[in-house]
Amino acid sequence: MAKSAILKSSLAKKYWMALTGLFLCLFLVGHLAGNLQLIFSDASHFNQYALFMTTNPAVKLLSYLTYISILFHAVDGIMLTVQNRKARPIRYAMENPSANSAWASRNMAVLGTLILVFIVTHMVNFWAVMHFDEKMPLETVQVDYEGKTYDFYVTQNTGKDKYIPVDLENSGLEIRNRTEFYDKTGNLKIAEGYKDLHKITFAFFKDAKYGLIATILYVIAMFVLSFHLLHGFASAFQSLGANNPKYNGLIKGFGKAFSVIVPLLFAIIPIYIHFFAK
Amino acid sequence: MASSKFININLKIWRQKNAKEKGKIETYKLDNVSIESSFLEMLDQLNEQLVSERQEPVAFDHDCREGICGMCSLFINGRAHGPDTGITTCQLHMRMFKNNDTIYVEPWRSKAFPVIKDLVVDRTAFDRIQQAGGFVSVNTSGNTIDANATPVPKHDADRAFEAAACIGCGACVATCKNGSAMLFVGAKVSQYALLPQGKVEATQRVLNMVRQMDEEGFGNCTNTGACEVECPKGISLENIARMNREYLAASLK
Ligand code: HEM
Ligand code: SF4
Ligand code: FES
Repeated sequence: MAKSAILKSSLAKKYWMALTGLFLCLFLVGHLAGNLQLIFSDASHFNQYALFMTTNPAVKLLSYLTYISILFHAVDGIMLTVQNRKARPIRYAMENPSANSAWASRNMAVLGTLILVFIVTHMVNFWAVMHFDEKMPLETVQVDYEGKTYDFYVTQNTGKDKYIPVDLENSGLEIRNRTEFYDKTGNLKIAEGYKDLHKITFAFFKDAKYGLIATILYVIAMFVLSFHLLHGFASAFQSLGANNPKYNGLIKGFGKAFSVIVPLLFAIIPIYIHFFAK
Repeated sequence: MASSKFININLKIWRQKNAKEKGKIETYKLDNVSIESSFLEMLDQLNEQLVSERQEPVAFDHDCREGICGMCSLFINGRAHGPDTGITTCQLHMRMFKNNDTIYVEPWRSKAFPVIKDLVVDRTAFDRIQQAGGFVSVNTSGNTIDANATPVPKHDADRAFEAAACIGCGACVATCKNGSAMLFVGAKVSQYALLPQGKVEATQRVLNMVRQMDEEGFGNCTNTGACEVECPKGISLENIARMNREYLAASLK
């Protein structure tokens, strides 16, 4: 009894919705902190951070948890919405919902679906490029080797395993795993060529043709996220049973601030890159 | 021309012969409705007009007509119990409307509340939820314990009393965009969980009542808060949160 209750009941779905939703809020904070380096840090630091995020095992674990949370949250949310529509097979001829509830609270599924579309688009724009694009440019790095400083960079139009540091062509170095520079004879790893996510990101939002529209769409997506959170943040606490007049003001106030500030800071990044960055 | 104390209205009322047949909205014109009359008295007036025209009167639920029994149940102009808060339909008065207003009157809409006839719905789903656990098992064969022998903190007693004010009208279900019954069930769970007498069976109660609620086909709360606004008895969302806590604790046991 208890087991099936915690997995299948209406309330269990709510708990999972709330837990995954709150976990995603934490993810947003981490993701935001990383992305703000696009404004406040330089390319190298950002690219090192990007490398860390794609290789560190703890981060990997967290990122898998995030993917699972998004999937679970979305599937659970859509299942709930479908069930809820079935609970009223005949609609009212006349409805006046704004008399008793906030717009965002009634449109969580629509807002969530838009967020899902955004997440997929966003991952195609950056995540997939970072992970799978063979032509992903490498950031130029300087390496001291045998008493000399060399520029490592990537020639254009190179395919797999052909990232050749042009001025080192006959140096006896080779590149493995597309980003690692090895000493051919000693098999020593000498340097790492960072994938230049910074360059990709700036090129994306500064693109002469699509940069402006991309910026606008990203900003709109953050509005959508804001509305989702405006209801969602405090709602998750209620779902988990945390409703106490002593703390409700705090939860609601913090939720409102979170829902405005986090998406706003995210939105500033493409705006900054498109309009202000060099 | 109606005087200021009387108004003429257009009614759009859901008519449905029985549970099987399809219903539809019918339009009626009703003149000279006193703004002093209650909404149900206005419907009585309409029914007299219909009877005199040899038409079938509109069926609607009502009993006490003073806001305590929970029988009246009309969805008026898009709102459960009409355009006011903290009242039942029988406490709604025609002064809330203006001359020549069009007023939509519909039954509660919920899969778990099928229409029986016109505006009357079957709310026995609530009874079954109550029977699943909304009680305290007592053994009356022994000696009666003095009520004051079991101390109850004032704060808890007040919260339990507030929860117990629920009259089971179903407005929460009717107004909820999800057709969720969680305000009702939350109130019933809370009313017992807060008292020492009810704590004994709290675990089984919440599991059973929620299971029955799900089986009846009610929707799922998404915390829009519409129920709290429309509830004639001001039942608070805190009760849903308490049910959520109780259920979480009970299912982990
Ligand atoms: C970063 C992304 C997201 C965050 C931070 C987030 C956060 C939240 C939070 C905190 C809640 C409140 C949970 C509750 O009331 O218990 C919620 C509800 C909801 N979310 Fe999301 N969400 C995100 C993405 C999505 C996506 C992709 C969907 C997909 C369709 C979605 C659909 C929903 C729905 C339908 C609800 C309402 C369910 C309910 O209240 O029971 N969300 N979200
Ligand atoms: S909680 Fe309020 S609206 Fe719901 S049944 Fe009880 S009294 Fe009616
Ligand atoms: S008729 Fe009893 S509450 Fe309205």
